[in-house]
Amino acid sequence: MKPFEYVRPSTLQEAIELVATNPKAQFIAGGTNLIDLMKHNIAAPGKLVDINHLPLKKIEKRDGFLRIGALVLNSEVASHKRVLASHPLLVQALNAGASGQLRNMATVGGNLLQRTRCPYFYDRAFPCNKRIPGSGCGALGGINRMHAIFGVPEKPDPRSCIAVHPSDLSVALSALEATVWVQGPHGERQIPMNDFHRLPNNRPEQDTTLANGELITAVEIPDAVFPKHVHYLKVRDRASYAFALVSVAAALDIDQNRIKTVRLAMGGVAHKPWRLFEAEKLLTGQTVSETIFRQAAEVAMQGARAFEHNAYKLKVAPNAIVQALKLAASLS
Amino acid sequence: MANAHLPPAEPEPSLNRVDGRLKVTGAATYSAEYPFDNLAHAVLITSTIAKGRITNINAKPAEAAPGVLAVISHRNTPGVPAYPPLKQPAERAPIGTAFRVFYDELIYFSGQPVAVVVAQTLEQAQQAASLVEIDYQTETHQTDFVANRSKAAIAMNVQRNKTSPFQDYDRGDPDAMPSAEVKLEATYTIPTQHHQPLEPHAIIAVWEADDKLTVYDKNQGVKSAQGNLAQAFKLPRDNVKVNAQFIGGAFGSGIRVWPHTVAAVLAAKQVKRPVKLVLGRELMFTSVGYRPFTEQKLAIGATKTGILTAIMHEGIGQTSAYEEHLERTILATRAMYACLNVSTRYRLLNLDVNTPTWMRGPGDATGMFALESALDELAFALQLDPLELRLRNHADADPERNLPWSAKSLKECYRMGSEQFGWKNRKPEPQSMQTDGMLVGYGMASSLYGFHRHPSKAKAMMQADGSVVVQSATMDIGPGTGTAMTQIAARMLGVSPKKIRFDLGDSSLPDAPGQNGSATIPSVGSAVHDACKALKNKLLILGASMPGSILSSAWPDEIEIKNGRIYPNAESRSSVSYADILKYHKLPQVEMTEESKSGPERDQYSMYSFGCHFVEVHVSPVTGEVRVKRVVTCADVGKIINDKTARSQSIGGVVGGIGMALMEESVMDHRYGRYVTSDFASYHIPVHADIPQIEVFFVDQPDVHVNPIGAKGLGEIAIVGVAAAVANAVFHATGKRVRELPITVDKLV
Ligand SMILES: Cc1cc2nc3c(=O)[nH]c(=O)nc-3n(C[C@H](O)[C@H](O)[C@H](O)COP(=O)(O)OP(=O)(O)OC[C@H]3O[C@@H](n4cnc5c(N)ncnc54)[C@H](O)[C@@H]3O)c2cc1C
Ligand code: SF4
Repeated sequence: MKPFEYVRPSTLQEAIELVATNPKAQFIAGGTNLIDLMKHNIAAPGKLVDINHLPLKKIEKRDGFLRIGALVLNSEVASHKRVLASHPLLVQALNAGASGQLRNMATVGGNLLQRTRCPYFYDRAFPCNKRIPGSGCGALGGINRMHAIFGVPEKPDPRSCIAVHPSDLSVALSALEATVWVQGPHGERQIPMNDFHRLPNNRPEQDTTLANGELITAVEIPDAVFPKHVHYLKVRDRASYAFALVSVAAALDIDQNRIKTVRLAMGGVAHKPWRLFEAEKLLTGQTVSETIFRQAAEVAMQGARAFEHNAYKLKVAPNAIVQALKLAASLS
Repeated sequence: MANAHLPPAEPEPSLNRVDGRLKVTGAATYSAEYPFDNLAHAVLITSTIAKGRITNINAKPAEAAPGVLAVISHRNTPGVPAYPPLKQPAERAPIGTAFRVFYDELIYFSGQPVAVVVAQTLEQAQQAASLVEIDYQTETHQTDFVANRSKAAIAMNVQRNKTSPFQDYDRGDPDAMPSAEVKLEATYTIPTQHHQPLEPHAIIAVWEADDKLTVYDKNQGVKSAQGNLAQAFKLPRDNVKVNAQFIGGAFGSGIRVWPHTVAAVLAAKQVKRPVKLVLGRELMFTSVGYRPFTEQKLAIGATKTGILTAIMHEGIGQTSAYEEHLERTILATRAMYACLNVSTRYRLLNLDVNTPTWMRGPGDATGMFALESALDELAFALQLDPLELRLRNHADADPERNLPWSAKSLKECYRMGSEQFGWKNRKPEPQSMQTDGMLVGYGMASSLYGFHRHPSKAKAMMQADGSVVVQSATMDIGPGTGTAMTQIAARMLGVSPKKIRFDLGDSSLPDAPGQNGSATIPSVGSAVHDACKALKNKLLILGASMPGSILSSAWPDEIEIKNGRIYPNAESRSSVSYADILKYHKLPQVEMTEESKSGPERDQYSMYSFGCHFVEVHVSPVTGEVRVKRVVTCADVGKIINDKTARSQSIGGVVGGIGMALMEESVMDHRYGRYVTSDFASYHIPVHADIPQIEVFFVDQPDVHVNPIGAKGLGEIAIVGVAAAVANAVFHATGKRVRELPITVDKLV
């Protein structure tokens, strides 16, 4: 860890300015990811701007939306009565992530901005385009069991990155079409969840579309159309406390066995939460059945590509989609 | 020694851990926690390449950083006196050379310590370490076992030693295999696995004088560490003190003195201050050994009725380029079943990696994974119940040494285990059992582990107030050594455990072996037994010599001692206390030291612990995820000293076995010869949610031939065979035979 300065601003403006005017400054919330990165000298902020005292800790009911402040803890969201009733998918996704101790520290904003768990990114002895653009992608010709199958380049180029985004919460937020509220030096804006994380393309060092100095203030989730038929399925190497190999967030609005609306997103398969738009289209208006779920899964998997060690995801992912849909639809 | 054993457990059959409160309240002091006013902090810098040489070290920016006291590398090391003089140019160490710290510019493995930074604070040392620039010239490395397999050879150590158990072994008829009615051949692989105890390895090194060294070092043997450091630094043995009173788990990682310990001692010498060095989690993967990547080929011949007629077991283990690490991989196969015709081969493959070491159930956990998987495959091929196959081939005497077993209740273990588990409910066909959409599998495996007993000393002291201190330089890496020894002393002396203190983990105490090979209870327990017995006898004589003593006419075998009071017989109401005896004789204390070791019984009996495990798994047919739902484990390890701590050992062994079977794998990127799994997010060990109800059963009958307490070792046998039982259950659930551990989702979908 490199020596750093530590400041604790008391207003949003102050915090934003501190980061916007200093390329070496970085926000810190729960610190569960950032401190790890600092210990490994992957992140070396010259100034830590502690945002924990900013007024971003409320869960509020707004007209047509649920608004969750960026500093609400993962465990607080997961045990909040209103969220439990209106957005059980969110709760399932949160509880599937990390461990109790971590969820007690981790914030909603920090969760969205956690960095990939690609081991090459974490060890400075390896090349990694995300850490040092242009140094090469260690995972591409190396160990890539955990890596992406969607949004990966046809032909590897020197700037490739095949990492996945590790957040479970983001997958659920993506399925629920949440909006990320951010405030920056030039004011406030809203970013739809699906546009918040990005594919690596030629800039794998950039995980999101957030601009320098922009602070996440809240996420807003449209009101419950899916209070009932939801399921977050997480396939992992052990029963708890493991990142997803593949995860699926499924939310269905079912009326008399007909699918009125459906949202599907996958985790562990791409550089961002992977919305399954085509599968959603196929399912909309259909009668609930395993056959149609299977067809949707097939459609969803189009364009998936595997590397040396992650071909199993091509089999697990469609199975997981079907299973999540079945469980969401209470079809078993 | 025959027929001698411990008096019955009274009054507390399962004494709670004597140091439990200290541990859970944080009052126990671990190696890294000893306070020193002028403590300096060291951070290791390790190589990022797997083979080659250091061409330049630029330490200037680090040396100029705040708080830095020294940057030590091969260029400026104070030197380890026992290392041979340097050659120019540097030459690669011949095989058989323990790794030499900061010796020359040569790199043998990725993660090799190349320099150490010492500073006033840990943060300063870490910061400075990131400023040291090291240039390397790389050479082609070989770390890939599979790609280099054909280079495996008989270890030099074995070539030199004609009586080595690792010599090629053949018994019986070489034609038995080709002519067998049923034949089966398969290859089993276990990956590199790391001990990764929760407490990382740590040391504080203190030079008390130019020729006096004290270390607070996490290890499993203070006496061997003392000897090793004395030899390396050319000091009289007694000038080196090693303290390791509390250990937060080790599983074998602390059996040797590792390079980081030597680095800290060198650093302390250089800066002339106490130096603390704690390995970060990532360095735990390259600094303290591991269970080696091992490939095994099993060929089995049998009759159609399931009688084994031939077994061929070949094992290849990975080792470093500079040392040979051999383990028992193929040895269990010679003793486990009554098979007349058995051959074993053992080869080593030298790779550009650090040296492996013993990890819980070393060799046997590996070998029994293969043997017990193969037996399951045979049972399936013969359409025979796997347990029945084992019963049909039960060895009533040791088929390798042609000796009777000292004791063996394996059949009783099978009976208990299968009953408790409900083995009879198993439907023979794979994929035939389901619940809630999950495939259900039942699997079992046998286990065995050799009996080890090493010469050990213990000193027992009766104090004037009737309290007792017992001492031995033994260790407690977790099993509860102090508790068991307290209990043995309490039973021998008839003193309440509350009045007994047991000291361990200090090299100035009476000689004892390190804690490994499940030898502590058998060895040190016997010494404590003998020392306490001698002390009691001495005190009884002193007591009888008191004028008018009620003991003067007592029959020795009628004497009863309870709570430190001696009664001439069970009916007697008058008694004399130990304290009375010391008071009368005006003695501040009475002490006895005894050495205990094995005798001719070693050549008369073959000595093993035996056991078996029964496992139920559920496998998702959709995702391929495996979850263990239930385990019943049984062991015959002779007399159980403390039921509670013994149970904990068995549970721990099963947990380790579940990890071995389902998740533990250190993955290397061979392009760099470097691990990509270097933290707990990528190297998975079981978490609570992975561990189901584990039921433990013991036969609990003293083995009267092994030692005076009738107790054999339990630590290792607890894990041996578990991985096979899990893999066999997975086969039963899915019909898929996974021969390469760990059994992960990608191998099942
Ligand atoms: C061992 C382990 C296992 C884990 N397993 C899982 C898992 O299974 N699933 C899962 O989803 N997650 C998992 N996590 C990740 C965990 O959820 C994240 O570390 C956590 O959510 C990050 O939140 P934080 O508040 O601690 O962020 P911090 O570490 O404080 O910050 C992370 C990043 O976000 C930035 N940041 C924080 N808040 C804001 C804000 N309001 N505006 C702008 N920038 C901000 C920081 O500058 C930093 O770059 C795991 C973590 C660990 C250590
Ligand atoms: S996948 Fe991305 S994060 Fe991983 S090594 Fe390649 S560039 Fe780095």
